[in-house]
Amino acid sequence: MKTYSKDSEHPIRLTLNGAPRSGYCEPRTLLSDFLRAELGATGTHVGCEHGVCGACTVQIDGVAVRACMTLAMQVEDRQVMTVEGLAASQDEMSDLQQAFRRHHALQCGFCTAGILMSCHDYLRRNPDPTETEVREMLSGHLCRCTGYTNMVNAVLETAALRRQHAG
Amino acid sequence: MKPNKFDYLRAHSAAEALDALAQCGADARIMAGGQSLMAVLNMRLAQPSVLVDISRAADLNYIRVNADHVAVGAATTQGELEWWPALADHLPLLKQVIPFISHFQVRNKGTVCGSVAHADPSAELPLALSLLGGQVVLRTRKKRRVLSAADFFQGMLMTARAADELLEEVRFPLAGAAQRVAFTEFSARHGDFAMASVGALREGGRLRLAVGGVADRPVVKQWDALPRQDWDDALNDFAWSLQAQDDPHASAAFRRHLVRRLGRRILEQVSE
Repeated sequence: MKTYSKDSEHPIRLTLNGAPRSGYCEPRTLLSDFLRAELGATGTHVGCEHGVCGACTVQIDGVAVRACMTLAMQVEDRQVMTVEGLAASQDEMSDLQQAFRRHHALQCGFCTAGILMSCHDYLRRNPDPTETEVREMLSGHLCRCTGYTNMVNAVLETAALRRQHAG
Repeated sequence: MKPNKFDYLRAHSAAEALDALAQCGADARIMAGGQSLMAVLNMRLAQPSVLVDISRAADLNYIRVNADHVAVGAATTQGELEWWPALADHLPLLKQVIPFISHFQVRNKGTVCGSVAHADPSAELPLALSLLGGQVVLRTRKKRRVLSAADFFQGMLMTARAADELLEEVRFPLAGAAQRVAFTEFSARHGDFAMASVGALREGGRLRLAVGGVADRPVVKQWDALPRQDWDDALNDFAWSLQAQDDPHASAAFRRHLVRRLGRRILEQVSE
């Protein structure tokens, strides 16, 4: 078993939004800082840095987690997805992002990147959520602008449209 | 809000983690999901010199149904247990409890064993394990021992785990057919630490009640028979026995009030 020394920087390889990436980090480097400072993926925002606010939520192997409560070392050889990976191309938003825009589900947008990553994971697992379930899922995020209701509406509409297209 | 420096070891098996603990002892901290530990590291309330990451130890990632219990390995996340299709059948109490644990995004990474090992008095999983009369499995390179939840929890963030021991597994007893369970808690917002949490288990006339967030560990009380007219007195005696303390979140009196009110509500639920 290899020991990664606290005083050196170590190479990390991962897949970020489908593309192979690599960078260097200390053992104590948080994934949120690694993504932003080392890989330049600044779509992921940093709020509280102790797991409360949800702004830094990303997906690791498809599962929504807090990047500030994850070490960069832990994503070695993993698939990481951030808000930059949601849209199919630069000029086309995903259905979830479009619904957020239609419903005015963001104002300043600071919390939105994390919220989208949670919703994206959750809707895959639960394609037909109740309003209560959506609110429970969103309770892991703090938004100081919207009051959440428009986000709930956007998520429920996205789920309904996806079921409509699938059925 | 960044951790102090530490050496990082990535254990790919329980054996590797145990070797690291044998070498480093009290200087090392095990991290599984890290959803309590990372916050503590970020705030520098803990500054271990070595961090042993067991999240990739495949032999510690399991949910096994055994003859009389469900065994959950040290690398298994709360989210994996939450989304386990057999959860409601085998562990109906946990089906009710898990949604109260922090939030979806934290449960996705936080582990079942990690929460038990952390032993926060207001955490839901230690309460559930205590109420069900479950066990924890502690392992070193040389030996393995099985402790009851009652023997394992020893106070606020204090357990019977020795520095070279890994909490390898927790065992939740399987629900009996005649068993009724209920759980609820009170917190400022959903997902916050509970000011008081109460779980109940009824099997025939036998009644068990567990309270979290009030004493320095989950406390369980059992009655072989408790007629409805005695509930209020029994709950009041139980509430006073917990030695509740005032803190910035709630007064001792409010916590006793919660034990009486929440206790009454869930006794109703398991007695309908």
